[in-house]
Amino acid sequence: MEIVTKLGFVLLGLVIILNWGLIMAGIIRKIIARASMRRGISITQPYINLFKNYSIRSQITHGVMFYLGPVFRLSGGVGIFLFMPLIFGSENWSNFSFAGDLVLIVYFMFFGMLGMALGAGEGGHPYSAIGISRGLAQFTAIELPLTLAIISIAIQYKTLSITEIVAAQQGGIQNWTLVTNPLATLAAMISFLGAMGHAPFNVVMAPQENPIGPPTEYHGTFLGVLQTNRAILHVIEAVLWMNLFFGGATNWIELILKSFFIYFWSVFVGMVFPRFRVDQSISWLLKLPTLIGILAIVIFLL
Amino acid sequence: MNNTHDHNPEKTHQKFLAPENMPRTVIGPDGEEIHIDPLNDYFCSERPKVHEPANNKIIEKFMNWARAESLWVLGFGTGCGSIEIPPLLSPRFDAFRYGVAMRPTPRQSSVLIISGYLAVKTLKRAIRSYEQMQNPKFVIALGSCTINGGMYWDSYNTINRLDHYLPVDIYIAGCMPRPEAILAGFDQLKKRIKEGRAEGANEYARNFDWYKSNQKKIIKDWNMPDYNW
Amino acid sequence: MNQLFKRLEDSFGLTAESPRKPDQYFCTVDANKLVACITHLRDNEGFTILTLLTAVDWIEDGKFQLTYLLNNPATKTDLGVRIFIERDNTSMQSIHHLWGHAATFQRELKEMFGIDFPGSPRVDEPFLLEGWDDIPPMRREFDTKKYAEETYFPRPGRETNDPAQYMKQKLYPDE
Repeated sequence: MEIVTKLGFVLLGLVIILNWGLIMAGIIRKIIARASMRRGISITQPYINLFKNYSIRSQITHGVMFYLGPVFRLSGGVGIFLFMPLIFGSENWSNFSFAGDLVLIVYFMFFGMLGMALGAGEGGHPYSAIGISRGLAQFTAIELPLTLAIISIAIQYKTLSITEIVAAQQGGIQNWTLVTNPLATLAAMISFLGAMGHAPFNVVMAPQENPIGPPTEYHGTFLGVLQTNRAILHVIEAVLWMNLFFGGATNWIELILKSFFIYFWSVFVGMVFPRFRVDQSISWLLKLPTLIGILAIVIFLL
Repeated sequence: MNNTHDHNPEKTHQKFLAPENMPRTVIGPDGEEIHIDPLNDYFCSERPKVHEPANNKIIEKFMNWARAESLWVLGFGTGCGSIEIPPLLSPRFDAFRYGVAMRPTPRQSSVLIISGYLAVKTLKRAIRSYEQMQNPKFVIALGSCTINGGMYWDSYNTINRLDHYLPVDIYIAGCMPRPEAILAGFDQLKKRIKEGRAEGANEYARNFDWYKSNQKKIIKDWNMPDYNW
Repeated sequence: MNQLFKRLEDSFGLTAESPRKPDQYFCTVDANKLVACITHLRDNEGFTILTLLTAVDWIEDGKFQLTYLLNNPATKTDLGVRIFIERDNTSMQSIHHLWGHAATFQRELKEMFGIDFPGSPRVDEPFLLEGWDDIPPMRREFDTKKYAEETYFPRPGRETNDPAQYMKQKLYPDE
């Protein structure tokens, strides 16, 4: 009986996260439009796009992996969600988090990309292959500062459980990792820019590049699944950063506000800076952000 | 210089085939022979199917509403009209607020804008792009060139009537239509979709032989499968 | 410029025309001396740019006129070198070894007029008209209007008015 209640809360949380992801995408697009002196889309446009993609009548397939690509991508997003404690102090909203969930979540962040690589590769379009090889190369470089930052805070808090990391940050802003370990936060926030796919790290998916990158061949329901996943992923990764560096959330309002502002950081940088080519972004990420990450570890080892 | 007429379809097919698309046999690493016919391996020559609208009226109405409010346009420019499209997305006209967005790939887009005169060479590419789009798909034709040939009506290389080659949903008259006219055209297309009358893809599938014979009449170097998804 | 023409007149049998604009000159040479002439112009007289290579169909005289439009960037003058070749024996020496992009002009001329340039790279490949099986469309015996009406499904109801007659009818309907 307990597991049924648990599953109910998990599903409810997933629905809330999905809807917040879609609404947030609409708000962000609206803000971007206003910043460039346009009226912009209506806030409901991500919903309409999603409905429209699910109502495309004909689908074509290129093979089994082509089907499984979006499924793996979605399971990557949902996998992060399943092991992510959402609200601190609430048994119901902490999903299936356990002692080592941080490692599993970092694994799931890469899992979706790899699934997408297999699917997009089977699509057979040369742009998919170029896009996915760029994406994997860049994401490897993006993960490096994040991993160093996570090692740093694991040494700092002597745990790999997100719930315990959040618990250690309670009691005011002076206890957040942002204040207690600013170097790790800095490295992770740079890596967050890449994980969210806004400029300067959006060479993989930008429509102006090789048409749209990995999902070139995906259409209709496949694309709908990818969009669903993206709505979930954007919020849940913002929640991960919130839990690790910004003190977690004790209620839904706090979660929504914090995830919005963390996500907005990547939009803000993206509006201001132009796009890196993939070789530029990798060499940039491997220099200063990696050094910051290593420094953050060294300080806590000493 | 007078090329002799070559009416043997099989031979014409071979004649216009690019060298890398010729059927051939290669020897594998273990000495086995592998037959490659790129046209059949890379493309699908299956005929398009008619996808009937959903039986439930309410569901179909809802889906049509979603399709109408989210028009994804394929970035395919031909003729002078392709100059009129970019201002649509600029802050002055801002087509995004009507749910119009450009997509770079035909798989994901649902609207094909034929923006002006079509040379035969371009028509071939337009047909390929159209056939790669997924049902339901809509065609907007800009300018008088697509209606009756416009100022190129007696040219040896531009088509006169687009609706003989692709099923057109909305014509926007003008030479060229202003961006405001194109926005009005999008509005008309939305009305048409919401009324459930924009079934161009099904019409194309039903009259496939007629469209294909018209297309093959002018595209004489037909070197692709009849229907290449 | 006149001195240049004088010098060339002796060696290439060139006929100069009066200039149309202060910086634009035209001259006519013999077809078999053309390549030598423009090689000389390019290497010794500073006409280093080939702006245009085009053809005119003089169907009444049975001749094609080829115009090689050269440009001298130092003096900012254009020089059009014309040759006349027979319409039936439509073959001309290629000049792709002088300017690489001449090959594209020659490919287009082969397609549009049927003038052959033996040895020019890719000259037999279609340029604009893929799979064209009629006579080359820019030759004047090709009836464009008839071809278009037979091929492209003209939309009925299209009217053509003589502007003079039409305006007269509009303005003075009683006369």
